[in-house]
Amino acid sequence: MRAYIIRRLMLLIPILLGISLMIFLIMQFIPGDVISGMLGIEETPELRAQLEKKLGLDQPLYKQYINWISKAVRGDFGTSFRTGKDIFPEIMSRFKITFQLTIMAAIISWIIAIPLGILSAMKRNSIIDGFVRFISLLGVSVPSFALATLAILLLSKGFNYYPSVGYVDITVDPIRNLEIMFLPAIILGSSMAGSVMRMTRSSLLETLRQDFIKTIRAKGASEKVVLFVHSLKNALIPIITLIGMQIGSLLGGAVVIEQIFSIPGLGLMTLTGINQRDFPVVQGCVLFIAFVYVIVNLTVDILYTYIDPRITYKAGR
Amino acid sequence: MESLKEVFMGLLKDRVGRLGMIGVLIIIIMALLSPYIANHDVTEMNAKIKLSPPNSEYFFGTDEFGRDVFSRIVYGARVSLWVGLISVGISATSGLILGLVAGYYEGKIGTVIMSIMDMLFAFPSILLALFIVAVLGPSLTNTMIAIGIVNTPVFTRTVRASVISVKSMEYITSARSIGLRDIQIILKHILPNILAPFTVQATLALSGAILTEASMSFLGLGIQPPDPSWGSMLSESRKYMELAPWLAIAPSAFIIITILSFNIMGDSLRDVLDPKFKL
Repeated sequence: MRAYIIRRLMLLIPILLGISLMIFLIMQFIPGDVISGMLGIEETPELRAQLEKKLGLDQPLYKQYINWISKAVRGDFGTSFRTGKDIFPEIMSRFKITFQLTIMAAIISWIIAIPLGILSAMKRNSIIDGFVRFISLLGVSVPSFALATLAILLLSKGFNYYPSVGYVDITVDPIRNLEIMFLPAIILGSSMAGSVMRMTRSSLLETLRQDFIKTIRAKGASEKVVLFVHSLKNALIPIITLIGMQIGSLLGGAVVIEQIFSIPGLGLMTLTGINQRDFPVVQGCVLFIAFVYVIVNLTVDILYTYIDPRITYKAGR
Repeated sequence: MESLKEVFMGLLKDRVGRLGMIGVLIIIIMALLSPYIANHDVTEMNAKIKLSPPNSEYFFGTDEFGRDVFSRIVYGARVSLWVGLISVGISATSGLILGLVAGYYEGKIGTVIMSIMDMLFAFPSILLALFIVAVLGPSLTNTMIAIGIVNTPVFTRTVRASVISVKSMEYITSARSIGLRDIQIILKHILPNILAPFTVQATLALSGAILTEASMSFLGLGIQPPDPSWGSMLSESRKYMELAPWLAIAPSAFIIITILSFNIMGDSLRDVLDPKFKL
């Protein structure tokens, strides 16, 4: 087990290097010239040479990459073109906000999806099942930004409720913070719930069909025991994979919801960076998000071994 | 793979699947016949009638520039479907080639291809698409390229997995033993046998691509004005939510109907083509 974790952690290194190389190479496709963009009309050959030297752009490409990545691993993501501030501390403080939003959304989605998924599987082909399947199909098909816009419209027209503007940090005023985060979290949560519901249903049905469940039933176990003691745990693996992927992609991909509700998370930081053509910020955010995504997926893989002892991951396999 | 007619009949038999097909058909008709369905010019501005509520002349009302929302929705279907088809075309073609090669030649070439795909997989998809567009600059073409690249790994994985399972079949061994060349085996004997999962994947990817385009346009990094896109229409509507709620309702409704229909169709297509998934 420990050997497996160590091996996986070692494998992280080439993956992360590959990802960073990919980001670096994509950045080379930026049309036009970053320096002219930065200098504008003040550009002179001297200023240009000075700035190129300062940013290390006069070096060959491979040196630029080594330079960038060796700083990045030490937590130095450079400074923003726009504000001149260090990027890494900014990413960390934004990440806390996105992290909170993601966790709230994930919990909401489990509360909705897992009981409904189980109910749907138990009452297969009933009216309840049909209803749950319809709801989950809607959940998968309604994009979060459309849901958010319609929810804001409905709340403002029907209930005279307007979502709060102006973000307040949880350390400053926890109650106000939860008030602000609640609506976006519900919307993200309902978007996630659709696929979790479908996965819970189909995974549970798959498990219930297996031979060992027949044996347990034949031994006279009650349906409750069959469901809660034997089936659920076995059905969990694909559900956890899905949840892991969702959390991973939300941690960097809650861009749209953060933009709609003006929540200053990592997604909004990336988007602002893109709109202002602040490339060091974009590069740093994308690298960080990909890193988090890989770590979350690795954590999910390791979690499997705890849920399902049949998976042993022998070294060398 | 079953014949096209059988697949079609199978889809028709499923009640929900039929609904999905009707939805998809409506969107396709809107896209193909937009010049005949739309009753106004999509870019024509008229300040006198701006933000008019829906009426018999402007079925879905008008926007802040007095443009007809109905006509923009109709042309928006064309944009959505076009972006969906081209970007899925890009990812399906590249995924098919890469997956065939990676699956057939499992050795070094396969490892290299799959490592690159794994790296692309290490990004949340909307983020990768936004990043590519940020670098290339927002435009219709770049949106399609970005979505195409983002979806390539899924296709490569699906194709590779099916190739590996088909490759071990006896008829492939015998094809090899009678001296057929690799390219003949791949094209004549492997390709036809992996088309079922590939088709299902393509239908599902289409709804995903349409969704990604709408999200990107919503963020202002997809289709650029004055071209109509449901995502950017919805985004602009938020400024006039109090005065003109119809501006938000029409594009949301069409985005939802489109994605829902494609998802339903993808689901029943999977049931028809791959009965073992049926629960």
